[in-house]
Amino acid sequence: MSDSHDIHHVHQAVRRYLIVFGALLVGTLLTVWASYVHFIHFHIGGAEINTNVVVALFIASVKAFLVAGYFMHLISERKMIYGILTATGFFFVGLMFLTIWAMHDYPMLTIK
Amino acid sequence: MNTACPATPRILLRKTNLDKPLWEKLFMDIPYIVKPREDTGLYNAKVGIWLFLASEVMLFGALFSSYILLRVGAAAGTWPHGLLNVALGTINTLVLICSSVTVVMSWASLKLGNFGRYRIYQSITLLCALTFLGIKSVEYHDKFNHYEVIQTDGRIVDGHLVERTKDFDLAKKTGAVTLLGHFVEKTEAGAHEATAKHAEHSNITIPVAQIKKMENYGPWHSTYLAIYFTLTGLHALHVFAGAAVIFVIWGPLAGLWKTDPARYTNRIEISGLFWHFVDLVWIFLFPVLYLL
Repeated sequence: MSDSHDIHHVHQAVRRYLIVFGALLVGTLLTVWASYVHFIHFHIGGAEINTNVVVALFIASVKAFLVAGYFMHLISERKMIYGILTATGFFFVGLMFLTIWAMHDYPMLTIK
Repeated sequence: MNTACPATPRILLRKTNLDKPLWEKLFMDIPYIVKPREDTGLYNAKVGIWLFLASEVMLFGALFSSYILLRVGAAAGTWPHGLLNVALGTINTLVLICSSVTVVMSWASLKLGNFGRYRIYQSITLLCALTFLGIKSVEYHDKFNHYEVIQTDGRIVDGHLVERTKDFDLAKKTGAVTLLGHFVEKTEAGAHEATAKHAEHSNITIPVAQIKKMENYGPWHSTYLAIYFTLTGLHALHVFAGAAVIFVIWGPLAGLWKTDPARYTNRIEISGLFWHFVDLVWIFLFPVLYLL
């Protein structure tokens, strides 16, 4: 069903999948380890930032990039898919900003 | 296959060929089920699944923003930590990652024309899905079996249900309940967890007459558990649905591989995209609910 070029391409993809698999396993263990480390909290404009939350979300974002980029082939996808996702991202970010604006109704940054 | 006629109504209006069965007349010429469209470079199902996933992003996005609002709005020190089993959460994360790999490997196997290997990989995917749901149900069972009892003297007992007497009735104030747990010194969440970790657990029998309030750790117990059950419950439904689709393609619809292997491979790609999305959602759910 496939010519030699396609077969070579698939074999290359399989190697990438295995590398990403290893990276995801390491990322998961790193996430758990980082949750037990008490990172120093820092302040931005008088507000205390929980570094553990930042680290955990950063590792999760890297893992999500690996899954979306390589397993879902977003690294090399067509323009239309990027268009759909750009529109989705716009509304998703808007949704999160709604939450941030709503925080003005609550005591700010009560996460300890 | 007609690639110049993208509109389904035109197909339906086309002059029918009476020597073919009706379903064939209606569906055989649906364009772009395998071949990509000239303008998008994609076959239709791929556009469809990405549009669906876009709506899914907004669905989970709304719930994540609810989580943020609830957590940031909670009074300092009241948001529970350490209520969930991190070991089980970690295992479930690894299980989902394994399943994501087996899905892409199964797709690659079909691309290489190896149907047998595809089936093995997807069997592992299905096993992973069952394992994930099994572990999740163990976690849910643990929460529904975990009680907090406030006694009339103000003391609080926290523990897992061991047994209820046959005449146990909260409304009639009869009977007794036994929990495997400990007495909690304070009602605040922070102090509660600290004492829970170091407390010695033993069987504590409480007569119903001494119970002011008795509640398990279901979604009604706190806003944290409400959003936990909502997020993980919805996610578990997605795992179940994804596994069902993968199973149907793996088993009952496997005959398509012999008649139209390219279309069959595309189905694996589409179901795989959904499965990876489910994995992707869990990648964020795990730290947010279990670790932070």
